[in-house]
Amino acid sequence: MSAPPLLEIKNLHIDMRSGQERLNVVENVSFSIGAGETFGLVGESGCGKSITALSLIGLLNRPLSVGQGEILFKGQNLLKMNGSELRRLRGNRISMIFQEPMTALNPLATVGRQIAEMFVLHQGSTWHEAERKAIAALAQVQVPAPDKRVKNYPHQMSGGMRQRVMIAIALACHPDLLIADEPTTALDVTVQAEILKLMQELCDQRGTSVLMISHDLGVIAKMCRRVGIMYAGHLVEERAVADLFRHPAHPYTHGLLASLPVLGQRTLDERKPLQEIEGIVPSIAAFPTGCRFEPRCTRATPICRDTVPGPSILGDGSFVRCYHHG
Amino acid sequence: MVDQTLLRIENLSVCFPVSAGLFRRSHQAVRAINNLSLSLHKNECLSIVGESGCGKSTLALTILGLQKPTQGSISFDGKPITGAEQPGRMQRARMAQMVFQDPYASLNPRQTIYSALAVPLRLHGLCNQGEVEDRIAATLKMVGLKPEQAKRFPHEFSGGQRQRIGIARALILNPKIIVLDEPVSALDVSIRAQIINLLLELKAQLDLSYIMISHDLSVVEHMSDRIAVMYFGQIVEEGPWQSIFANPVHPYTRRLLAAIPDPFMIIRQEDMTRKDMQPPPLSGFSYYPEEIGTHDVYQSPPATEFLPVGDDHRVRFIAR
Repeated sequence: MSAPPLLEIKNLHIDMRSGQERLNVVENVSFSIGAGETFGLVGESGCGKSITALSLIGLLNRPLSVGQGEILFKGQNLLKMNGSELRRLRGNRISMIFQEPMTALNPLATVGRQIAEMFVLHQGSTWHEAERKAIAALAQVQVPAPDKRVKNYPHQMSGGMRQRVMIAIALACHPDLLIADEPTTALDVTVQAEILKLMQELCDQRGTSVLMISHDLGVIAKMCRRVGIMYAGHLVEERAVADLFRHPAHPYTHGLLASLPVLGQRTLDERKPLQEIEGIVPSIAAFPTGCRFEPRCTRATPICRDTVPGPSILGDGSFVRCYHHG
Repeated sequence: MVDQTLLRIENLSVCFPVSAGLFRRSHQAVRAINNLSLSLHKNECLSIVGESGCGKSTLALTILGLQKPTQGSISFDGKPITGAEQPGRMQRARMAQMVFQDPYASLNPRQTIYSALAVPLRLHGLCNQGEVEDRIAATLKMVGLKPEQAKRFPHEFSGGQRQRIGIARALILNPKIIVLDEPVSALDVSIRAQIINLLLELKAQLDLSYIMISHDLSVVEHMSDRIAVMYFGQIVEEGPWQSIFANPVHPYTRRLLAAIPDPFMIIRQEDMTRKDMQPPPLSGFSYYPEEIGTHDVYQSPPATEFLPVGDDHRVRFIAR
């Protein structure tokens, strides 16, 4: 390996306290993101992908807390930092885009002020200077007539425009890492395509690393080179995107890809029923002790029920957590 | 040939007055649906695709009788269901029902599944007290749930099971048409296939007709028999699923198809719509709108006409 990765997560555990109990919401998750790399994290709702992202910037709230593990950002452990150190980092070196741009923006302030705030807080600009920079930032995310749009309130903008504003805020200080949590789920497909293209261009230009969180495998395939699949709090597989889609190793990934309706698969005279993954995602309170996919897995054997499989290395930094992968 | 049309929508327009200013008088109207004509055949799945705000949901509500049309008519099985001869609400409820996007938001949290399903049966007097239980048990079995689960409340079910309940609720009055509003987009990816398969099985088994509203074009391709592309309150292209996907003609349809992030296609680095595929507009016509995205919702759109592309596939043009 050459340069150390920008972000390294080692054996991250996130617990949820409920009464006397401690539930393992995220268990033993490790991955790293290199400089300028786009890493995808895929999983269903409740699998722990969003709280993994929130833990990176110290935004976990009770009853959630990091149990053990390390989050190294440029070699520094984020979990050991105090509030003011984290605040200096957050928005400046690491920033985040949320799913729903309406709830993430302040409805009582103009978008110009919300962008300008970044320059005032992190770069010590005066408000006057900052507002000029805000116009430039809006122009960069291709908002038409940015000098007029800075005076708009969020409710005066469409969903796509609001998400552009969010991107402008997130990239204002040229962060090293951008966390995008389902950035396009609330948008139309055509708008989604535009927003993804914009994110990709801006991040490529600036060499920003991206942690892309999505349940949409199409978005991941488009944006990322490497991808981690999460299931019920475990990172079950980490692969290069092309390998993952061609030869999924984990039974869950395999089932997930087989269950998707694929464009061009339906032939003129016959429609095959989609392959289903039997059963449902286990609830947090009743996670199996061994492999968490075991109750739904077709390849399961007794060993799967008792012990969590360790990572099997597949070469090229990829791994899968399964005794019967292939 | 026997007329296979189950639902016929003719020249339907729906306008919403916008009130503003002093005395809140309405000066303008948003034209949500403009002169739309569409028909649904027996036992087919017709998908309506388009971006948010194009009038898809208004169309669904109008079909269900929850929104009054400003102009135009809808007929079901040859009989009008709008205007003066409009049947009562109870009768309409037995023609068409809806499956909603978010099953949790559409179920009453204080009602057990049994009572949610029993109320319509009692109101419509479809069967006597003794039969209600059997009918509910049969419907739950049909959607893949156990009759014993009827005693539970919505929060005790997972997302996929809740959507099954939503489907059972829609089926309980034996409607002919089911309107599916984004039936799987709120569900987990690993559950979607189960619901899609269930919907297709039920369609064949009960001879249902579906009108499906969806963003997800891979689901649309899998489920549909016909597809109508909607843009600013109008159908701009309509045809059998094969020809819409193989030969999209309208620029908006092409834009929609090009925007699909299909993982397998991205990995193979294929493009849905190649430029060289695009047929030139016929002489004297151009595709409307020439510049997508400039249409004003307050204006009635310019006069356009449908031209056949072949095999029941038509597309809207504007005379130059």
